[in-house]
Amino acid sequence: MIEIKDIYKTFGDNEVLKGISATFQTGKNNLIIGGSGSGKTTLLKCIVGLHEPTKGKVFFENENFTDMDFTARVPIRTQIGMLFQNSALFDSMTVEENIMFPLNLFTNQSIAEKRDRANFCLERVNLKDKNKLYPAELSGGMKKRVGIARAISMQPKFLFVDEPNSGLDPKTSILIDELIADLTVEYDMTTVVVTHDMNSVMGIGDHIIFLHQGQKWWEGSNKEIAKTDNKELNDFVFASKFMQAAREKL
Amino acid sequence: MFQSLGKYILLLGLSFKRPEKFKVYWAEVMREMVSVGIGSLGIISIISIFIGAATTIQVAFQLASPLVPLSIAGKISRDSNILEFSPTISSLVLAGRVGSNFASNIGTMRVTEQIDALEIMGVNAPGYLIAPKILASITMVPLLVIISITLGITGGYIACLAGSEITPSDYIAGVVDGFDGLTIRVALVKATVFGFLIASICSYQGFYTSGGALEVGQSATRGVVYSCVMILFADLVITRLML
Repeated sequence: MIEIKDIYKTFGDNEVLKGISATFQTGKNNLIIGGSGSGKTTLLKCIVGLHEPTKGKVFFENENFTDMDFTARVPIRTQIGMLFQNSALFDSMTVEENIMFPLNLFTNQSIAEKRDRANFCLERVNLKDKNKLYPAELSGGMKKRVGIARAISMQPKFLFVDEPNSGLDPKTSILIDELIADLTVEYDMTTVVVTHDMNSVMGIGDHIIFLHQGQKWWEGSNKEIAKTDNKELNDFVFASKFMQAAREKL
Repeated sequence: MFQSLGKYILLLGLSFKRPEKFKVYWAEVMREMVSVGIGSLGIISIISIFIGAATTIQVAFQLASPLVPLSIAGKISRDSNILEFSPTISSLVLAGRVGSNFASNIGTMRVTEQIDALEIMGVNAPGYLIAPKILASITMVPLLVIISITLGITGGYIACLAGSEITPSDYIAGVVDGFDGLTIRVALVKATVFGFLIASICSYQGFYTSGGALEVGQSATRGVVYSCVMILFADLVITRLML
């Protein structure tokens, strides 16, 4: 479980996050949604410690992550997997080396064990036999899947995903969403996904928080989202005519 | 400026924190040593031979007088190579070749979130990315400078064989005459300091890149310019202190 309490983040005079609190339950797909510039990615970066919140606290399994220094955070960080928007694979390493990288640094496994684990993770994301390729040789969808394989290589307790569907075709997007949802259950992880993809919202959104102008504007599940009368959320979710028509049929 | 200096010193402090796993870092140091050393050997060899040859011809031309023994051209050429051309010119070239590579490499990792990925994993990113580059530079730049000195003096000899300004025997006589080991020590101190400056300044510029491809290019340019200026400044300081 991850708990965030009253998170504020300011860049210069620009207050991006204004007192956001939420609880992300284990075994659930927790989605952070909102329009561009609403503070979704900033919130995610505050949670994982890439940004320090101006005010507020983040707790991982009741441990105060915000007040820890870099060294104290390492044990928690080794339990975190993250898929970045552009996958953030290490260009100079092969797919296999990318997945083995955290294992090399934080485990005492033999090379054979690490290779087995890398192959298992690759098989899990349906990328068997791509071990020796470099990131530049992969398609966007494959990079995302390798990113997921690297994120789960250490069997994390917490999975963070930033815009998993950006730049992907609808079919691949659904495959990535399903993979994230399956892995959440399989590893019993607390998964936090930042997205503005409505397929993801409706497909895997067990718990959704909607950000608007740096504030938590709405909270609920994908089942509740269609029935909400929150104007800003409706404007965001049902912006397209297709979604409006789909809502009328619901 | 003071803020940048403070950030630079703090980044260096972080770079030399205890590594998570020594073996992984050592492999990275070896990889960087190959990149800096073997990768720069070609350009350093070409530059050294040509500068050594040109220096010898010019010194011999300027000393064309019956009152001055021709062997003095070999001596001046040797000391110029050891004290100035090999350490300083080579390092300026290395700042362009190696430094821009460091800055653009780290800068690209920053803008493509690869550094964020390292930090999320719990890796000390400055330690993993910058320390191996500094260690590789402070070991390989002195080695390259020794090779450069050897090739520079050889270049002078080739110029004597090919030209008529000074005979090869006069040149060799000058090269071996009155050799002082201090000049080599000065060259090695300069090379070590220059290697450190190239790696640390360019890595710093790359590490604090923000934006996209354009900013990565700007960081690489800034890294090269700042390290060249600092090399020239350090050259003067070391020369003043040691000679």
